[in-house]
Amino acid sequence: MTLDFSVVTDAWQSLLFGTLGTLFLAFSGMLIAMFIGIAGVVILRMQMWLPSLLVTAFVEIVRNTPFLVQIFFVFFALPLAGIRLNPTMTAVIALGVNGGAYAIEIIRGGVESIPKGQTEAGLALGLHKHEVFRLIVLTPALRAIYPSLSSQFILLTLTTAICTSISAYELTSVGQRIEAETFRSFEVYFTLTGIYLVISLVTMWCLAAIGRWAFSYPQR
Amino acid sequence: MGIQEFTYLLQGLAWTLFLTAIGFAGGIFFGLVVALMRVSPSAWLRVPAICWIGLFQGTPLLMQLFVAYFGLPLIGFDLPAWGAVSVALTAHASAFLGEIWRGAIQAVPKGQSEAAQALGLHGFSRMFDVVLPQAFKLSLPATVGFLVQLLKGTSLAAIVGFIELARAGTIVSNQIYRPLLVFGVVGAMYFAMCWPLSLWGRTLERRMAAGQAK
Repeated sequence: MTLDFSVVTDAWQSLLFGTLGTLFLAFSGMLIAMFIGIAGVVILRMQMWLPSLLVTAFVEIVRNTPFLVQIFFVFFALPLAGIRLNPTMTAVIALGVNGGAYAIEIIRGGVESIPKGQTEAGLALGLHKHEVFRLIVLTPALRAIYPSLSSQFILLTLTTAICTSISAYELTSVGQRIEAETFRSFEVYFTLTGIYLVISLVTMWCLAAIGRWAFSYPQR
Repeated sequence: MGIQEFTYLLQGLAWTLFLTAIGFAGGIFFGLVVALMRVSPSAWLRVPAICWIGLFQGTPLLMQLFVAYFGLPLIGFDLPAWGAVSVALTAHASAFLGEIWRGAIQAVPKGQSEAAQALGLHGFSRMFDVVLPQAFKLSLPATVGFLVQLLKGTSLAAIVGFIELARAGTIVSNQIYRPLLVFGVVGAMYFAMCWPLSLWGRTLERRMAAGQAK
């Protein structure tokens, strides 16, 4: 058994760009996910049965099917809907939809954790319904769910690896190209695993630091 | 999609269930080992468990599958594809279940093991007769949740080339050129397996929350 990591170190530039691709997928996917998450919770709170049912169905379907099947579905469905995107943008949408379902669950939990009296107090103070939601429900709820959202973001970052199946531009697909050229499968994937580990550790550390900074105001 | 394609998908589904069962069974055994090491007072046991959990929670399952698939033959284990995939899924499950059960073990009130100690039970009995049965109950919703995650995770074996449900779907889709239909059916099959589990997990969670509120 001889391991030859030179094929990997020689390709450090491609790996660096691949890492950036992975981060891009994760960030833009999370952005869409947050948007879907907030929109979904707003719809649920309107308490009309049909929209609520649709949102709940969306959440259950996404949470109970594999991301691999979802990304294939999106990949083939978008062109039929007349939307032609490159694989990377398709991956962003699939990641956003997937993360969105989890975000709805997390944000809903956080919003429900805010006592009703808080909303009533806001209304009694003469704030508008939207102001009450934004200032008195959403902000404290965000603090409550920040840890869950952080781990969801890490999870989404790790999920981006699956986007290689539609050849989106990210770390794993870059690795697979190196593997195809050099046949050094183990060295390539071993290195990729290490890079992913560094990405998630650094992300975790950054998110914790941001959390300490953003939610440092007194608890009560 | 004819009956032939559908049977092919069902064969893939059988493999998906098989991989899930192996990964979960192995995960239960090694996960218990990881959990016990993780709560051990000795740093020599605790630190490796922490690293093991961090390694598997901090890297994509897909990479774990690739490394096992290409790495195991290098260290002399010439396993068939399903064997390598099973090893990776088992290791993956052991880390996640280990972390879930660590939380459950630590959630059992400390008075329980102190009382057991006061009654003169030795360490082994204290853990296996007093703490673990209670921890098991506490951990059940999260454990079921992870089972769903593992079942979905087996789909990644498709990228390594193993023919389970997702891969069977890709093959059929390439044959009959109806990707939306095929992946719709494949998705529905996964949903039919995962959703009842998810509902069960939620029922357990609600029942437990009600019990704690009393």
